[in-house]
Amino acid sequence: MEFFERFAIPHPSPLIYASMVAIGLVMLAIVFGLTYFKKWGYLWREWLTTVDHKRIGIMYMISAILMLFRGGADAVMMRLQTAVPDNTFLDAQHYNEVFTTHGVVMIIFMAMAFIIGMMNFVVPLQIGARDVAFPRLNAISFWLYFAGAMLFNISFVIGGSPDAGWTNYFPLAGTDFSETVGVNYYMWALQISGLGTLMTGINFIVTIFKMRAPGMTLMKMPMFTWSALITNVIIVFAFPVLTIALLMGTFDRQFGTHFFASTNGGMDMLWANLFWVWGHPEVYILILPAFGVYSEVIATFSQRNLYGYKSMVGSMVLISFMSFLVWVHHFFTMGHGALVNGIFSITTMAIAVPTGIKIFNWLLTMWKGKIRFTVPMLYSIGFIPLFTIGGVTGVMLAIASADYQYHNTMFLVAHFHNVIIPGVVFAMLAGLTYWWPKMFGFMLNERIGKWGFWFLSIGFCLAFFPMYITGLDGQARRMYTYSEETGFGPLNMLSFFGAGLMAIAFILIVYNVYYSFRYAPRNVGQDPWNARSLEWATQTPVPEYNFAVTPVVNSSEAYWDSKKNGHQLFKDKISKIHMPNNSGLPIIMAGFFFIFGFSFVFSIWVGVILSALGIFGCMAYRTFENDHGRYISEEEIHETEKNFGGAKE
Amino acid sequence: MKIDQSQPLEYSTQQNQMNILGFWIFLGAEIMLFGTLFASYFTLENGIGNGPSGAEIFEITPVLMETIILLTSSFTIGLAIHAMRIQNKKATLAFLAITLLLGLSFLGLEIYEFIHYYHEGATLQTSAFTAILLTTLGTHGAHVTFGLFWGLFIFLQIKKRGFTPETSNKSFIFSLYWHFLDVVWIFIFSFIYLKGMM
Amino acid sequence: MKLKLAFISIAILITTILAGCEPLLVLDPKGPQAETTANVIWLSIITMAIIVIVVIVLLTIMLVKYRASKQSEDYEPPHIEGNPIVEAIIIGIPILIVAFLSIVSVKSTYEVETVPEGYENQEPLVIYASSSDWKWHFSYPEQDIETLNYVFLPTNRPVEFRLYSYGPITSFWIPQLAGQKYAMADMVTKINIVAETPGDYAGRNANFSGEGFAENTFTATALAPSEFDKWVEEIHATAEPLTEEQFDKLLEPGHLGQMTFTGTHLDFRPAPEGEHSGHNHGDSAEDHDNHEEHEDHEEHENHENHDEHSGH
Repeated sequence: MEFFERFAIPHPSPLIYASMVAIGLVMLAIVFGLTYFKKWGYLWREWLTTVDHKRIGIMYMISAILMLFRGGADAVMMRLQTAVPDNTFLDAQHYNEVFTTHGVVMIIFMAMAFIIGMMNFVVPLQIGARDVAFPRLNAISFWLYFAGAMLFNISFVIGGSPDAGWTNYFPLAGTDFSETVGVNYYMWALQISGLGTLMTGINFIVTIFKMRAPGMTLMKMPMFTWSALITNVIIVFAFPVLTIALLMGTFDRQFGTHFFASTNGGMDMLWANLFWVWGHPEVYILILPAFGVYSEVIATFSQRNLYGYKSMVGSMVLISFMSFLVWVHHFFTMGHGALVNGIFSITTMAIAVPTGIKIFNWLLTMWKGKIRFTVPMLYSIGFIPLFTIGGVTGVMLAIASADYQYHNTMFLVAHFHNVIIPGVVFAMLAGLTYWWPKMFGFMLNERIGKWGFWFLSIGFCLAFFPMYITGLDGQARRMYTYSEETGFGPLNMLSFFGAGLMAIAFILIVYNVYYSFRYAPRNVGQDPWNARSLEWATQTPVPEYNFAVTPVVNSSEAYWDSKKNGHQLFKDKISKIHMPNNSGLPIIMAGFFFIFGFSFVFSIWVGVILSALGIFGCMAYRTFENDHGRYISEEEIHETEKNFGGAKE
Repeated sequence: MKIDQSQPLEYSTQQNQMNILGFWIFLGAEIMLFGTLFASYFTLENGIGNGPSGAEIFEITPVLMETIILLTSSFTIGLAIHAMRIQNKKATLAFLAITLLLGLSFLGLEIYEFIHYYHEGATLQTSAFTAILLTTLGTHGAHVTFGLFWGLFIFLQIKKRGFTPETSNKSFIFSLYWHFLDVVWIFIFSFIYLKGMM
Repeated sequence: MKLKLAFISIAILITTILAGCEPLLVLDPKGPQAETTANVIWLSIITMAIIVIVVIVLLTIMLVKYRASKQSEDYEPPHIEGNPIVEAIIIGIPILIVAFLSIVSVKSTYEVETVPEGYENQEPLVIYASSSDWKWHFSYPEQDIETLNYVFLPTNRPVEFRLYSYGPITSFWIPQLAGQKYAMADMVTKINIVAETPGDYAGRNANFSGEGFAENTFTATALAPSEFDKWVEEIHATAEPLTEEQFDKLLEPGHLGQMTFTGTHLDFRPAPEGEHSGHNHGDSAEDHDNHEEHEDHEEHENHENHDEHSGH
C-alpha cells in the first residue's frame, strides 16, 4: 500500500475530486467517440503521425486553447477567492497551488504553445517553403510539449500540484518547505516541454535561413517571419539556462544536493538568477511574435505597407539583445547595492525605446491608410493603448527605488498582465481570426468576434486596473485572503467581475468557432482579407505541399505586388514535389518521455531506466532508419489544384 | 533529392546543408548550457561547506591523461573526416574506431576519477561545490557517452552503406560534436582543474 | 469606440488615486524614505500619463481620419517607406524620457539605500528583523529585548533593520516607511528607516513564503524617543527572558500573536553575518569568491569589515 500512498492527493477537496471525475468522463467520452465513429485510424494517420507544419501548428493551437481554459479556470478561482475579504472558498494551500499552476500553464503551455503553433502554420507559408527544415523534429517538438503539458496537468489529481509559485524560488521550492511531489512535476514538465521548445528554435532558424523563396532576402521577409526568426534565436540562447536550472533544482529535491540550499555552501538566490536569465528573455519570446502578428494585421487592414520596416527589424534585434541584460530587475529588493540596481534599472528602461519605436510605427502605418474594423484589427487597435499602459507601468517598475514599493504587490501583477494579455493574448486572437480562413477554409463570424473583443477588453480593464490601485495600497500578490479593514474588498470584487467578463469573452470565442463551422460560407477564396504576404497566394485551405510552384519574390509584400503591380509570382511549371513521410516515432518517443518524467517525479527508478532506454531506442532506430520521403506526382498536383479552381502557374 | 556534385558529399544536398547549419545552432545552445554550468560553478566554487575544496581532491595525473586522450581523439576524428573526403572507407572506419576507443578510455578514467572523489568524501550531497563540480563533469561525461553510441551507430552505417550523402553528413556532424566536447573539456581543464589546483 | 475605452481606463486609474477616500498606503508616506519613493512614483505616473495620452490621441486621430468608411471607394493608400526625420523623432523623444527617468532612478535609489538626509550624524538604532514561518522576530541588541510580530521605533531617529530569514526568502515591508528588502537565510540585508510621525503602521512579508504567507504581518509603532525608552524599561520590568528552547519553539511553522521577551536570540543563535554568514567558508580565511552578484550583496551587508570578505 505504501507504494501507492504517494500518488494520493496531499490536500484533497471536493473540487479536486470533481475534476478527477470530470477528467475521467471526458477521456472515456473521447475514447468512446473515436471508437464509435471509427476515427482511430484517421486520427493516427492524419494527425498523430503527421509531420506537416500546418497540422502541427493547428495541434499546437488546439492544445493552447485547452490550456487557456485550464489556466483560465485557475484564474477565475483566484479572483473568486479574493473577491471578498476573509473568503473561505479556497484554503491557503489550494490557493497557492492554483496560482502556481495558473502561471505555469498560461506562460509555458498556453502562450508558448500558441505562438509556436502560429509560427508553425504561418512561417513556412510566408517564406514560400514546403515545410520546415526538419519536419520530423518538428513533430517531436510538439509531442514533447504535449507530454510536458499533460504531465503538468495530471499533477493535481496524482500526487499534488506544485505550490511554490511559477517562479518556484528556492528554498521555498526545496523539499524542506514543499514536501509533496508537486515541484518535481514542475521540474520535469518544464524540462520536457523546454526540450521541445529548444528544438523548435533550431528548426525555425534553419528554416528561415535556408528555405526562403528565391528573391526573398532577409530584408524582404514579412514582419511576422522576422519576429519568428528573432524569437527563435532568443529561444536557443535562453532555454539551455532553464535546462540547467531545472536540472539543479531536480538534484536538490531528489538527490539531496545543496545548490540552492542555505547550508553547505548553497545559494538560494542562484535559482532566482538562473530562472530570470531565462525568464526575462522568455517574456520577449512571447511578445515578439505578437508584435509580428500586429504588424501583419495592421498593415493588411490599413491597406498600406508597414511603416518603417527597417526600424521595426532593428528594434526587434535590439530588444532581443537587451532582453538578456535586464534580469536583475526581478529582484531589485534582494539587496544589491544602489550601483547594481541603478545599472539594471537603466538597461530595463532602455528597452522601452525600441518598443516605443514599434508603437509609433504601427500608428504611422495607419496614417494615410484605409482602415477596416475587422476583428483582427480591433484586437490590434485595442492592443496599442492597453499595451502602452502596460509598457509605461513597466518603466515605472524599472525605477529601482520605486520598485521597492511595487515589488511583490498587485501593482506588479497588474503590470505583467497588462503587457501579456493585450500583448500576447490579443495578438493570438487577432492572428487566429486572421489566419483562420487559411487554416480551415471559412471565416469566423465577425459579429460574434466583435462581441468577444469588447467583452475581453472591458473585462480586462475591470479585472486588472484595480490591481494597480490595491498594489499601491499595500496588497501583496499571492495572498489567499485579506481582512476587511485593509479596504481591498471593493476593488477586488471589481476584479472578479472583470474576470467574469473575460470568461464570457472566451466562451464567446469558442462558440464563434462552433457557429462559424456550422453556418459560415465555405467558398471564401484564397485571399479573403485582401492581404499582402505570400501565405495568401496559395489555395485555401492550403494543400499539403503549400505551393504547387515555388513563388519568386521581389519585395516584402510579394503577393500585394502581384495583385497591384503585376509582379509574376509563379514562373515555373508544375513538377513533382518531394515531401517527408509521416512517422509514429515522435509520439512514441514523447510517450517514453512522459513515462520518464512521471517515474522521475515519483522516484520510480525502474520506470526511469526503462523509459530512458525507450527514448534512446527511438533515437537509435531513427539513425538506422532509411527514410527518403516520397514524391507527389505532377498529375496529382494538377488534380489537386484543379479541385481548388485552376492551377496556379 | 538533388545532389550537388560541386560540394563535398556531406554538403551535397540541401537537407545536408540544413542539417549542418542546424547542428551549429544546436552547438550554440550547448555553449549556453555549459556556460550556465560554468557560471554556476564559479558562483558555488567556494561553497564548500564542511566538505573538501578543489585543491584537496584534484589529482593532476588522471586529469592530464584525460586531457591528452580527448585531445588526441579530436585529432583522430579530424583524420577520419579527412579520409572520408578522399573516399577512403577503410581509413575512415579505422580512425573513427580509434576515436571511439579513445573516448571510451577517457570515460573509464573519468569514472575512476569519480570513484576517487567518492573515497575522498566528495559526493553530490557533500557541498554545493562538489555538487556543481560533479554535475559539470557529469554533464560533459554524459555527452561523451552519448557520443560513443552515436559514433558507433555511424560506424556501422558507413560500414554497411558506404559513403552516401546521409552517412557522410552524419559523420561530419558527429565530428563537429566531438570537437565541441573537446573544446568544453579544455575549458573544464583550465578553469576547473588548473584554477582549482593553483 | 477605442478611445472611449482608453479614456475610461485612464480615468479609473487616475481618479481613483486622486479622489480615493483614503490615501493609498504607498502614497501616504510617514518617513523620508517612503516620501522619496512616493515622490518618484508621482513623477513617473505623470510622465507616463503624458506618453499614454499622446499615444491615445495619435491613435484616435488615425482612426477617425483614415477609417475606410470616411474615404472614397477608389482611394488607394500610398506606399510609404520610413522617413529618417520621423524615425529620429520617435527614437529621440523616448530616449530623452528614459534618460531623464534613469537619472531619477539612480539618484533616488542611492537616497533610499542610505541613511536619510539630516540623520547621518545620529547613531542608528539597530534592530535585527528575522522571519520564520510565518512570523517576524525583532531583536534589539542594544536594549536587549526581543519582540514577536510587532516592533516599536523611536521617531526621528534612524533605524537600521538587519534582515534575515529562518526559512524561505521573505520580504520586509512597511509601505508607509520604506520599500521592501529581502530577508534570506544565508546573509544579512539592511534597510534604513526613519519614522517622522508617531503612529501604527502595517508591515508584512511581501514575498510568497508558503501556506501562512497571507497572515505573515506585523505592526510597526513609531513613538516619541522618551516613550520608547519608557517602553524598553517596562519590558525589562515585566517580560520573561527568551531561552534557546523557547526560541526553537517559536521557530516552528505557524502563527503566533505578539510576544515580548528580554534578551535576544542573537546570543545563542547569531545572525548570518560576519563569521556566521552562509557564505563564510570555514577554513579559508580569505574569500576568493569572484562572482559578481555575490560580491554585490556583500558590499553593503558587511560594513563591519569582517576580514573574511576582504578578498574582493
